Amino acid sequence: MAGSSIMESFFQRSLDDLIKGLRLQVTEYNFISKSLEEIRREIKSTDLQTKSIALEKLTYLNSIHNIDMIWASFHVVEVMSSNKFIHKKIGYLAASQSFNESTDVILLITNQLRKDLNSGNQFEAGLALECLAKIGNTDLARDLTPEVFTLLSSSKDFVRKKAVAVMLRVFNKYPDAVRVSFKRLVENLESVNTDPTAAIGVFCELCSKDPRSYLPLAPEFYKILVDSKNNWVLIKVLKVFSNLAPLEPRLAKRIVDPIGEHMKRTSSKSLMFECIRTVVTCLTEYEVILKLAVEKIRDCFLSDNDDDPNLKYLGLQVLSILGSKQQLWAVVENKEFVINSLSDLDPNIKFESLQLVMEMVSEGNVAEITHYLVGVALKSDPEFCNEILGSILMTCSRNVYEVIVDFDWYVSLLGDISRNPHCQKGEEIERQLVDICLRVAEVRPEIVRVARDLLIDPALLSNPYMHRILRAAAWVSGEHVEFSRNPFELMEALLQPRTNLLPPLVRSVYIQTAFKVLVFCLSSYLVPKEVISAPVDNLAPEVSAETSEQEASLCEGDEYFDPRMSRTGEDSNVDNGQASSSGSLENDPFTHESIFNMLNMIKMALGPLSGSDEVEVLERARNVLGLIDLMEQEIPGLLAREGSLRGEEVQGSRVLDLLQNAFSKELGPVSLSAQQRVPVPEGLQLKENLSELETVCGDIDLTPSSSFSLGSVPFVEKYNTQHMEKESEVSTESTSLLTEHRKRHGLYYLSADKNASGSNDYPPVNEMSNPIDGAQDLLRLTSQSVDSKKKSTSKRRPVVVRLDDGEEATTSGVEKAKDSKDDILSGAVRNILLGDESKHMSSQSKPPVTGKRNGKEVSLDTGHVPQSKETLGEIENTSTSVSHHSKERRRRSKKKDGDKEETSQKEKQKSHRSGRSKTRQTAEIQSQVIPDFLL
Amino acid sequence: MGIRFILMVNKQGQTRLAQYYEYLTIEQRRALEGEIVRKCLARTEQQCSFVEHRNYKVIYRRYASLFFLVGVDNDENELAILEFIHLLVETMDRHFGNVCELDIMFHLEKAHFMLEEMVINGCIVETNKSNILMPIQLMDKAS
Repeated sequence: MAGSSIMESFFQRSLDDLIKGLRLQVTEYNFISKSLEEIRREIKSTDLQTKSIALEKLTYLNSIHNIDMIWASFHVVEVMSSNKFIHKKIGYLAASQSFNESTDVILLITNQLRKDLNSGNQFEAGLALECLAKIGNTDLARDLTPEVFTLLSSSKDFVRKKAVAVMLRVFNKYPDAVRVSFKRLVENLESVNTDPTAAIGVFCELCSKDPRSYLPLAPEFYKILVDSKNNWVLIKVLKVFSNLAPLEPRLAKRIVDPIGEHMKRTSSKSLMFECIRTVVTCLTEYEVILKLAVEKIRDCFLSDNDDDPNLKYLGLQVLSILGSKQQLWAVVENKEFVINSLSDLDPNIKFESLQLVMEMVSEGNVAEITHYLVGVALKSDPEFCNEILGSILMTCSRNVYEVIVDFDWYVSLLGDISRNPHCQKGEEIERQLVDICLRVAEVRPEIVRVARDLLIDPALLSNPYMHRILRAAAWVSGEHVEFSRNPFELMEALLQPRTNLLPPLVRSVYIQTAFKVLVFCLSSYLVPKEVISAPVDNLAPEVSAETSEQEASLCEGDEYFDPRMSRTGEDSNVDNGQASSSGSLENDPFTHESIFNMLNMIKMALGPLSGSDEVEVLERARNVLGLIDLMEQEIPGLLAREGSLRGEEVQGSRVLDLLQNAFSKELGPVSLSAQQRVPVPEGLQLKENLSELETVCGDIDLTPSSSFSLGSVPFVEKYNTQHMEKESEVSTESTSLLTEHRKRHGLYYLSADKNASGSNDYPPVNEMSNPIDGAQDLLRLTSQSVDSKKKSTSKRRPVVVRLDDGEEATTSGVEKAKDSKDDILSGAVRNILLGDESKHMSSQSKPPVTGKRNGKEVSLDTGHVPQSKETLGEIENTSTSVSHHSKERRRRSKKKDGDKEETSQKEKQKSHRSGRSKTRQTAEIQSQVIPDFLL
Repeated sequence: MGIRFILMVNKQGQTRLAQYYEYLTIEQRRALEGEIVRKCLARTEQQCSFVEHRNYKVIYRRYASLFFLVGVDNDENELAILEFIHLLVETMDRHFGNVCELDIMFHLEKAHFMLEEMVINGCIVETNKSNILMPIQLMDKAS
């Protein structure tokens, strides 16, 4: 046995050998597994030297090559307990690298740790402390608190600072330790001749979790802030103050001057940055120091001459903090720098500056800024390009498009953005197109124009990111086909061969749009035209002669628009698309021939789809074909190549009329909460079980009624109504049904009255261009249309239908339920600090102490009656001995664990309900907590 | 916790030292190191030394062939961490004399020791080079 162990240690590879070996290998894997085999053998050795070297190697492999070493944890314990420091060191390193709270052997090391903590050798104590800091769990923390407590006042700096740092872990794991050791921790902060680095680090961490509890320590922190020369300490103490200052305005006022001093004096960038950050996060009300901070930001961080990307980035970051705090002037002051940074080499800097640029957007400059950004986006890499587009979309749509005045511009911007080759924001653009179309009546002609441009471009169909946008475009142009300049062209775009690249859902929207366009064209053709075209005939020649295309489109801004009119001015426009069908026409596009061609085209395009695998596509295609069939039966002459039905009283037109009416009903946005607002009718039993009914009406097909309007998916409603009509095509008078429905369920149609008020604004456009009574003054007309154009583009903001309440997501101030452990910890800390304070102050005033105590308990405890009694009892004998006190504490904390959930719930409730009384109480606490410091 | 982890990585992306101040499983460590190292090494000199990764902020600095990466909480002071990295390098320099990758490879335990003197629980406890090196020098003498 002895021989073999000598042999082992003699031939054992050392760590150096292992590393050298590893370096020689091309593929480390085999070498590592071979070494692991060796280690497994060696680590079982009885010779501690061999064992520890094996462990050392294993630790190395674990930390660099991520090799599991949990299996060796017992050996780690063995090596830790060696008497030789050199072995112990290896053991401790292995333990702190590989153990975690749930490692089972951790139970075995408590005594070893205790022994080492008590050791006379400060390095052994140091090892134990470091280990405890990394792997300490609740049990270890509880059992070793006394030892660590002793070390907190050790005379050796080496040990004491480590003990201080370990307290952070101990507190987190075992909050009761606070009672014992908090005072000593504070002493470490205060004492003049020790380095407060460790202590301030610990307090900084504690403070960031629950600042309020540490307010009483403000004087100590203040002293450090004024006296310390160590930048690291100053940075940490500034962090502490940036947590404390928002809680206590008087404290904020006090620290303004010292921070200003530091800013003026220091040459260290890190300290300067921390000062600036403190100012911009919590001292923005103090103008002088804020001005100073902004000046320093400009001088130290945003100066072009020293081109340090780190400083640039941080400078932009603090600017954006300022921007979010309504201090936009600081951002605007540095506008140039920010905009230049948009083309920086560093993506991080670009993102920061993009955010800042978006902060600056306002009603006045939105066009200018977005124009610039779209230009930048075109030149950027795809990722940043999408970042830009995303933030443009987000900023512009913020708060129901509050920054947008000129929607025509915005809609065409959306069109431009969609054409950006990198654009991946299809979903958002789709949403906004539909949303704007529903909300802003005035912009519909422009949306239809933009949609047409998108639909007609065959190149876009192959880009999958475009599909969502195309879907919206198709829906918009179907819904508002009356604004389309050329429905035939639109139809061709919808049925172009490349649409087979679209996913089925988008395609079905395309076909549905084709359906709407078809209905529109047929009815425009068949419905007796005299009625509508009477006023137009007079106007047409002049318009076609004089007005530009643009104005013609403006004239279309008319609910009762007759497409025949618009055709007059734009023959040239049509020619490029489909000379065959309409090129020869002079005045009226809806000739027999054009209709005939269109029907043929539809049949050709959709015929194959009536056998499609996709139900949506199949169904819509069949709808269209069915309508054509129906028309053929009703109007036999329709499909003859030659012939004219003009002016005839055609029977089929009645059906078309119905369909047309159904489609012309305007859709508005629906509030999310619309359904909730419907009062439950009297006598309606909502909670009753309906299962009995199943026997009665089991075989009745329950078709979904159209009374559920889905706010977010406007087409669905459309489809539903449309289905109903198909089913009951012959006799139902759909419009009257709709109006009936509207009358009865007026509440669902939330926008009804608002729309009405909205459309008050929106008809004037056509009133202006249309009211051409007796004398048709061309000049007047043009000036008017120019006028109206100017108005719509430059000044008046169109009405945006906005549903006040329901749309904002119901963001009730959800407070994070506090971790119960934190709660216990902060509770304990407050107990110590306030108890402390109360002892100091008890000579000054008695009553406030109880008040304060009460306040504290209220904010800490669950509000159980028995507990508050308990606290009252506590208050009565404030000078209870520590042991008694501690027992009570422990019991309470146990109880608290028990009804943890209840606690958090109640706390939430309380913070809502008794917010006022609580703040009053806390104010009371504060005012008593630091009076000597502030007064 | 201020500092969450400290990594030293060479140009090829091999880890030379890894010290975590919160427990991560081996798989998590491997994933984290892979992602962060890839992110940081891809950056150029003209770009800033801060990278946001998951819920960490990673602050890195390159010395010769070695990258020092420090993962911190979001409210940590970036410039101070850069100074901390510099302090660490200076300390190693003083001990090893112009420290290089090999020094750290072959004396990993010493590097860990230095770090433990400087950082406990993610808090920086010591910033004085002599204090940091004192125990290591004693140990060197003893052995």
